[in-house]
Amino acid sequence: MDILAIWLGKLTLLALRATGRRGTALPGLVVEKVFPRFLSRRLAALPLGVVVVSGTNGKTTTTKMVAAVLAQRHRVLTNDTGGNFVRGTITAVLMQSSWLGRTPADVAVFELDEAHAVRFCDVHQPERLLLLNVLRDQLDRFGEIDTTAQLLGKVAARTAKHVVVNRDDPRLVAVATGLAAEVSYFGVAPALRELFPTDEEMYGGDVEISDLKASAELLSLELGVSTELRLRIGDTEEAITLHAEGAHNAQNAAGAAALALTLGLDPDTIAAGLRAVQPAFGRGQSFDLDGRRVVLQLVKNPAGFRQSLRTVTGLRPAATVIAINDDYPDGRDMSWLWDVEFAPVLQGQSGRLVTSGTRAADMAVRLHYDGLAVERIDTDLGRAVRQAAEAVAPGDTVVVFSTYTAMWELHQVLIKLAAGAAK
Amino acid sequence: MTGLTLAHLYPREMNIYGDTGNVLVLRKRLQWRGFEAEVVGVHVGDPLPAGTDILLGGGGQDAAQGEIGRDFVGRGPELRAMADDGVVMLTICGSYQLLGHHFLTKDGRRIEGVGVLDVTTTGSDQRLIGNHHIETAWGRLVGFENHSGLTELGPGAQPLGRTVAGRGNNGRDLTEGAVRGNVFGTYLHGPVLAKSPRFADELLSRALARRGLAAELEPLDDSLALAAAEVAIRRPR
Repeated sequence: MDILAIWLGKLTLLALRATGRRGTALPGLVVEKVFPRFLSRRLAALPLGVVVVSGTNGKTTTTKMVAAVLAQRHRVLTNDTGGNFVRGTITAVLMQSSWLGRTPADVAVFELDEAHAVRFCDVHQPERLLLLNVLRDQLDRFGEIDTTAQLLGKVAARTAKHVVVNRDDPRLVAVATGLAAEVSYFGVAPALRELFPTDEEMYGGDVEISDLKASAELLSLELGVSTELRLRIGDTEEAITLHAEGAHNAQNAAGAAALALTLGLDPDTIAAGLRAVQPAFGRGQSFDLDGRRVVLQLVKNPAGFRQSLRTVTGLRPAATVIAINDDYPDGRDMSWLWDVEFAPVLQGQSGRLVTSGTRAADMAVRLHYDGLAVERIDTDLGRAVRQAAEAVAPGDTVVVFSTYTAMWELHQVLIKLAAGAAK
Repeated sequence: MTGLTLAHLYPREMNIYGDTGNVLVLRKRLQWRGFEAEVVGVHVGDPLPAGTDILLGGGGQDAAQGEIGRDFVGRGPELRAMADDGVVMLTICGSYQLLGHHFLTKDGRRIEGVGVLDVTTTGSDQRLIGNHHIETAWGRLVGFENHSGLTELGPGAQPLGRTVAGRGNNGRDLTEGAVRGNVFGTYLHGPVLAKSPRFADELLSRALARRGLAAELEPLDDSLALAAAEVAIRRPR
């Protein structure tokens, strides 16, 4: 019977592609309606079960890391298309199944946001769970971060075998106590803790050093377009070049390593997997526009924005574009922009400043109150980035910080522009 | 050179929706006109700075409001005296609620307020979330609301404004916020002062006048803030 579900889903996918549409929800939706137990049967058949990755920041890249590491030893099924909802996981299974009805995989790694992770548990109790962080994000969707933490606590309570938790996030440590599953931790070395402030610490709270023992720990990092990091995995110290920007990705690499340890992988294999990671969509991807390098950075909440901003120190851009949309996936509420301090990082380091997106004016107001002069305000994303690139010299870099939906649009625009420039 | 003292209540716990931006907006608007602005963060147990001209409080996690609530209510006599003395107060969401008589939580707990504003709040299962703007005596205020407490005004409180697009105090009577003398409470985050420059200057004028400083504020170029407000009022909720 599953072969019918797979055919139905695959045909839906083909039909979507034939009409030139992108989309990870529809095939999943169709199969879910017609064969409601398809997903749970397929997942129950995986010998090593399902790993769920959740948290506010860094799910997509961390999911890629976990998948890349596990792929060193196992056949991995993953929803790396960014469809981080239950139907997206069905689509992932469909895409990775053969027309003969086989799903050649040993383990699944799924990125799920907090609310969908809870719903996913009704379909399949995950064997393993990796909890990254709970930060201020999308409050207009979930209400409050304590609510978000409680949702993740529900998922942890329904995880069968092993929960891996960021020991430096007190909210997560709190919800991951008294579980049926085994718990282990990842973290950053005490000397690095101030690089990873919680929302409370941002506002002058003392930095709390956890005394929980981490099975994988970030020991040091050097930021650039790639990140040079040293990681303690179990008892072994590994030097790794990670093709993902930003301190938060280095922190999450420790999470991926800790999760891989629960599946019995050895430290050298885990390190090799991390070295093989390719950057996720819109996370530090760069494009060549007539000899100018345009680097895209996704921003979606204050903590992530603060982390991403630091990349200008390494990239030394001649222009910086900040593109803020307020569609549902971006979050409608603009107040988060006021929880990021722009002046200390951008002052004298941003090059010319441009704001764009639906809320270009809001962003300009924010920068104005930080004493930063905005040169252009242009709600048209493509035009803003094109003109910013044209205004700098060949060899220069333009950094674009962008919210989620603005990033989708810019990604398309930049692919076209880069192709045109190459002719 | 002269200036004002701004006291910022619970900057750590009551920060979660960007309300700290209100402090920045007021400080900059003073400095751009050549006034000094001293900002003092007031944490649980800290004394309020002597000679506070403007008191600011933001919204926070409901769970944090137990401890905050106790500290806040302990300041009741002082806050009531300050209000009577004409100190300018701008309180948002959680601190607006605490400035009222009490907050009845969903599970029936009663959190005492300080009774500076004649309002009472009751917890609810719905969450009033979305872009919001209101009409007031000081022009249009533009922000974002995000609350589950429903606030009712008593006879001693005037509404701050009338909701145009949004739910306001309780989603029912079209009122938003409350005013008594120089004391203002509202559910508007955003932060509200970022896109409501005329209201920001109203607060500064009142505080400066109370000190016997500048009767009229030098105008600033607010075209950016007004443009951002125009965009915001056209966006979906």
